Amino acid sequence: MLAYYSRLALRSLRRNPMLTALMVLTIGFGVAASMTTYAVFRAVSGNPIPDKSAQLFKPQIDNWGHDNGRSSDEPPDAMDYTDAMALMRAHKAEKQTVLYPVGLSVIPANPQSRPFLANGYATYTSFFPMFEVPFKYGGAWPASDDTQHAPVVVISAKLNQRLFGGANSVGRSMNIEGNSYRIAGVVRSWNPQPRFFDVNNTQGFKSESPEFWIPFTRAVDLKIQTWGNNNCNAGSPPGWVGWLHSECVWLSTWVELPTAKAVARYRQYLEAYAAQQQQAGRFHWAPNVRLRNVTQWLDYKHVVPQESQVSLLVALGFLVVCLVNTVGLLLAKFMRRAPEIGVRRALGASRYEVYRQFLAEAAMVGVAGGVVGLGLTALGVLGIGMVFDPDIARLAHVDVSLMLLTVLVAVLSTVIAAFYPTWRAAHVQPAWQLKSN
Amino acid sequence: MNLQVKPIFSALRHHKAGTLLIALQIALTLAIVCNALFIIQQRISLLTRPSGVDEAHLIRVMNGWVGASDKDVGPLMQSDLDTLRRLPGVVDAYATNATPLSGGGWATGMHSKPDGKGKRVQTAIYFSDAHTLDTLGLKLVAGRNFHASEVQGFLPNDTLQPPQIIVTRALADNLFSDGHAVGKVVYLGKKPSTIIGVVARLQVPWVASWASNWEGNSTLVPRQMLTNGTNYVIRVRDGQLQKVLHSAPAALLAADRMRVIPDDQGVVTFEQMRAKAYKSDRGMAILMGVICTVLLAITAAGIVGLTSFWVGQRRKQIGVRRALGATRHDILGYFLTENLLIGIAGVAIGGALAVGMNQWLMHAFEMQRLSWPWIAGGVVVLLLLGQAAVLAPALRASNVPPVVATRSV
Repeated sequence: MLAYYSRLALRSLRRNPMLTALMVLTIGFGVAASMTTYAVFRAVSGNPIPDKSAQLFKPQIDNWGHDNGRSSDEPPDAMDYTDAMALMRAHKAEKQTVLYPVGLSVIPANPQSRPFLANGYATYTSFFPMFEVPFKYGGAWPASDDTQHAPVVVISAKLNQRLFGGANSVGRSMNIEGNSYRIAGVVRSWNPQPRFFDVNNTQGFKSESPEFWIPFTRAVDLKIQTWGNNNCNAGSPPGWVGWLHSECVWLSTWVELPTAKAVARYRQYLEAYAAQQQQAGRFHWAPNVRLRNVTQWLDYKHVVPQESQVSLLVALGFLVVCLVNTVGLLLAKFMRRAPEIGVRRALGASRYEVYRQFLAEAAMVGVAGGVVGLGLTALGVLGIGMVFDPDIARLAHVDVSLMLLTVLVAVLSTVIAAFYPTWRAAHVQPAWQLKSN
Repeated sequence: MNLQVKPIFSALRHHKAGTLLIALQIALTLAIVCNALFIIQQRISLLTRPSGVDEAHLIRVMNGWVGASDKDVGPLMQSDLDTLRRLPGVVDAYATNATPLSGGGWATGMHSKPDGKGKRVQTAIYFSDAHTLDTLGLKLVAGRNFHASEVQGFLPNDTLQPPQIIVTRALADNLFSDGHAVGKVVYLGKKPSTIIGVVARLQVPWVASWASNWEGNSTLVPRQMLTNGTNYVIRVRDGQLQKVLHSAPAALLAADRMRVIPDDQGVVTFEQMRAKAYKSDRGMAILMGVICTVLLAITAAGIVGLTSFWVGQRRKQIGVRRALGATRHDILGYFLTENLLIGIAGVAIGGALAVGMNQWLMHAFEMQRLSWPWIAGGVVVLLLLGQAAVLAPALRASNVPPVVATRSV
């Protein structure tokens, strides 16, 4: 029976090609606009580390208060050296790390190749297990290298390709800014988006993966400046050491707390630490600390760009208008066939049969709209680079799930739009229609 | 024209669903189009802000010396600047930490009293020398340029409190309402800085919304940042831009190979920097424009579709009316008026929806308040669109001959 209704639907749709084309295009545009913007939204609002986002926490300590006319009640986003080192020494979490971005020149062994700039992080070895960094060769450096300020490095597969042709380079050495580092591990391609662990310096998205990691302690010894933001609420004493002991904030601190109990304990510890700083006279305000997990932190920092949210909303509004439009067109189309419906009903078709016939016709429009929508979505995703930051545009892509969703949304929304016109069609009075003819 | 409002109402009562759908569609379209156009206007007003520098003739080269310690940097920078200034086609060059449109730099509070006391204004800090005004093409509106003797090196983590500074007019007006900033004293830290000059305009490095309240507040300090990463800004003569884009990095590498000029974004024109800085603003305006256009087209098509259906349905009644003496003009007027009535109902709801949507966007995304002219403009556009869309079916209706009344089918 369904096949028969499909044939009927085709015949009917062919009878008014303009109206049919209009409906298909309307659905196609509406769905494509929504799906294109959804592809971006999906890419930017994803969870970068799903199985651990509730266990990784970013402690914040207010070391600025309301000094110098600062009005915010939130602690600074980043941490100063004094507090970060205090948290590392206290070792109150199962794992903890401090990190800051660095940009350094890598000098290839081959004198023919020119030095080049690489972006990386100075951090502690816990970084790798905490953030589930996958290794291709070797692994994280041992904790003793942190305490010994050792010249070790973990590099990306891309850097390994460039310097060693992709061979296992563990144990070999490389030259960064004139200093030799021993390679401890090579990371498989790894670039979580958003870059939750360094939102402070990336606004969340960065298409180039980090290329190397060196021990934080070594980087501080070498006085390597941060490649990211340094915020001071007051002038800092001169020199590197003066800056380290200033209240300038430039570090990201992360702790891993697997249970609710551990979280509560750590929160207490932070409060106590801040209270102690207040007693010591360093803070002249009550303890003001935060402990947010990855999801809460990304929410707080509004990592999902406004452009993405506004355009998704506008596109959804656009889809609603397209649907209202489709309701109107289907109504016109179905009601024009009132006499035909009257004849069918008079010949014994039940209302149920009329429902099936017209919903089948709507579903066909939906499928055609979905196909048009697929093409337009593909075009839209290609054109995303024109609208969004390249770091974000690169994340959006068409995959099987997006294609299925496109067709599904098209068919579903068309069928929903068809409910009212179909209901009207099913309630056509056969006697009245036959008489008026 | 004789407005036949009453018969229209009674006819519409028989087409409640269709009437409602058209009105709803017009309402939603108005709400979305008003807000989208408003977003476009806001974005365009952002990206047409001048940076204050001679963008058409400027190039930025990012340079990093390999393995140079901070004390080596001063002489290296001086020799690089000599190399660049001697290049054919180059007007002038200087080294700095940041430029307008670059999106990264140094921002700080400037105070009227020492140690962060007194009146505070936010400002961007641009490291400069005596060549900066000439290179960027900045117009000095009061005071003087830096003397070469005032320019000093600045090590990372030094305290920034130069005795002389040049500020923008916007910053001067923020600090001193009397309009005479030259000779006045301000504080970046403990020690005083005297304003020796005022330039007409120089935008801060950031174009994002968080800096929009102080986007004209810039300060030039006579300091050279002695770190192993710096930006060279080069001003070229007319028509020499492409040549210098290649010759500048080549000359630098020829002078000293132990340096890094990044492949990506290492050598860019200010026009490229502008395009990159405002990419998402321009993109958003384009996207909203496309959505508005398609939306208006679809709404118009929907009105054409439904009205055509009504015309088809009422052929017989139209024939009767024509037979009873109605002119073509009357029939045309009937459909136009009918559409106008539905349209007015639609825009009334739509205006309220537009304001509601704007309120919500203001709450959620810090948008500005939609002003009445935007809604009024949207109302006019949609009413005209409705009339234009209904014209073709209405003309077809007016061509229905009276003889139709006598036919049975």
